[in-house]
Amino acid sequence: MEEILLHLGDGLLEAFHPLNFAMMLIGCVIGLFIGAMPGLGSVNGVAILLPVTFLVPPNAAIIFLAAIYYGAMYGGAVSSITLGIPGASTAVATVFDGRPMAAQGKADQALSIAAFSSFVGGTVSVVLFTLFAPPLADFALRFGPPEEFALMMLAFATFVGLGGDDIPKTIFSICIGLVLATVGLDIVSGRPRLIFFDISGFYHGINFLVLAIGIYGIGEILWTLETTRGDVQVHRVRTTWRGFVENVKRVRTYIGTAVMGSFLGYFVGILPAAGATPGSLMAYGMAKAMSDRPETYGQGNPKGIAAPESANNAASTGSMLPMLTLGIPGSPTTAILLGGMIIWGLRPGPLLFTEHPDFVWGLIGSLYMANLATLIFNLALIPVFARVLMLKFTILAPVIFVLCVVGGFAPTQTLHDVWLMLLFGVVGYLLRKLDYPVAPAVLAIVLGPLAEQSMRQSLLMSQGEPSIFVTRPLSGMFVALAVLLFCYPIYHARRRRKASAKDSEDQNGKAGGTPT
Amino acid sequence: MTVRRAELVMAVALIVASIGLMYKSTDGLSIGWVRGAGPGSGAWPFWISTIMLLSAVAILARAWKRVTPASKSEEPFMDWFTVRIIGITVLALALLLVGTHFVGLYVSLIAFLFFYIKVVGRHSLLTSLALALAIPIVVFFFFEYLLVIPLPKGITEPLFYPIYDLMY
Repeated sequence: MEEILLHLGDGLLEAFHPLNFAMMLIGCVIGLFIGAMPGLGSVNGVAILLPVTFLVPPNAAIIFLAAIYYGAMYGGAVSSITLGIPGASTAVATVFDGRPMAAQGKADQALSIAAFSSFVGGTVSVVLFTLFAPPLADFALRFGPPEEFALMMLAFATFVGLGGDDIPKTIFSICIGLVLATVGLDIVSGRPRLIFFDISGFYHGINFLVLAIGIYGIGEILWTLETTRGDVQVHRVRTTWRGFVENVKRVRTYIGTAVMGSFLGYFVGILPAAGATPGSLMAYGMAKAMSDRPETYGQGNPKGIAAPESANNAASTGSMLPMLTLGIPGSPTTAILLGGMIIWGLRPGPLLFTEHPDFVWGLIGSLYMANLATLIFNLALIPVFARVLMLKFTILAPVIFVLCVVGGFAPTQTLHDVWLMLLFGVVGYLLRKLDYPVAPAVLAIVLGPLAEQSMRQSLLMSQGEPSIFVTRPLSGMFVALAVLLFCYPIYHARRRRKASAKDSEDQNGKAGGTPT
Repeated sequence: MTVRRAELVMAVALIVASIGLMYKSTDGLSIGWVRGAGPGSGAWPFWISTIMLLSAVAILARAWKRVTPASKSEEPFMDWFTVRIIGITVLALALLLVGTHFVGLYVSLIAFLFFYIKVVGRHSLLTSLALALAIPIVVFFFFEYLLVIPLPKGITEPLFYPIYDLMY
């Protein structure tokens, strides 16, 4: 415990380093803005802006990107409340009660509830993070290649078991990411692999950023161009000092809900497939289920904002736990952060805590401060953000395209990659229209090289005997869990089919499909 | 094209892509066990592509049997408005990249931004011109000066010589 506090002290000092501090503040503001724009969330911001961080050292870069992640979770509520459309998928549940409150002329109250609940979520989760991370990293030090491989399989299995998307489509998405990761020179044998049509640009492989920016930059904007064609109605936000004091006093009415949402969000956030969106929906459902008057939810109940907003912030911190300690990202956004760490020359995983303590603890320290900074920015800038939302998408879209093009060019400096990015963007958009989940592909292209390497090392260790993955106790446990997760949706679908067959005769045959 | 047909076409395309990847993985590479070196270089991509193929077949089968929501929908996959806005955007982006090969990124960016903001967005001439010029200048300063990553300039390279002289 004492050791943790010492490290945390160092981390806070590191976070107060002028460059890091400035990057944190800029990141928070950009994050708030990105989160507030409909169609852009933390994952888009982090993917598009990662190449920009090549300018600063890794410590400052990760602090900047984490601050964007954080700020976007706060910002998502702004458009959920004032526009009635979620600014990011993570803020979907905030619309349920935020929109009615805004319609009743209480938009400022709703926004301050969102800000304070986010702060509660952030604080609870970062404390949990500080307590859990070092022991988990210590534990993970015992992992060898078979455990690493089994853990990655477990991460992919969570997408199948808990992702809630069509299962063959999810598996396809994972596999395409894994295969794209193998393009280029094989590290073990040095042989070129999958050089399509003998185009020389494939020799340096497919950088994960090309896929991430393609899907989350270009594809997302195409998607938003299609969906936001209609007029958006902005609810006016009036802020007065008196109202602000009133809003602060109201905190105690929903603080309990916010704390509950934080714990739930944090633990859901740790799981790779779950993350902030389901976390916030679950927190909303739980708050409603535990309420004495559930019928008030959906009609402007403050607790209906407090629960999802605290949960999505907590989940964003939660998803960083497996990223830093195990090298397994807990969300698409952290997958991109993990890819960034590999570009910066850091190997994510338990060794990070011993080899680069300034990096890890600087990040943790900055989370504490980013949390406070975003609260202040958010409360102070609410009128500004409401105005920013009036910005026409036809101005924002080309600006983002420019960022995508230069961002896709920067890592490898070839136009080949930019063309590839455009292709991925268009294909990703079409796949998304047909309900293919795209997040698993991004996770897979980041983890692909690590997974292949650990599999080959394990098989070398056992001289080709695949039983090594199940005979080692830890790895066997991960494999067993993965198999269980894999089978869960099948079991679930069968049970539902049986239930529906019993319930009504005319509805049977419809029950298969996606678990919820 | 209805959503159902799009779902079926996509599944077939993915099956073809999976087979292509499986074939490409065997291209001069071993997909089995190499003595003393572990699994061959092609093994991992080959077997993953095989799983891809199986899942794509499953997608097709489920779409055929109308199990998934997308395969039951007879609505148009893209309406006219969507085709137009997406088509224009993708075409403009492709032209931006084609232009970059010849006249360089900066000139192409100005053209792209002006077209998108003025013609697609129907903003005023002043706004369009201001943004079309300001954004490339910011990009130039950030990439060439701060990051020292030269962006492609094509035949317009000589125009930048005086700026290089100022910078370095």
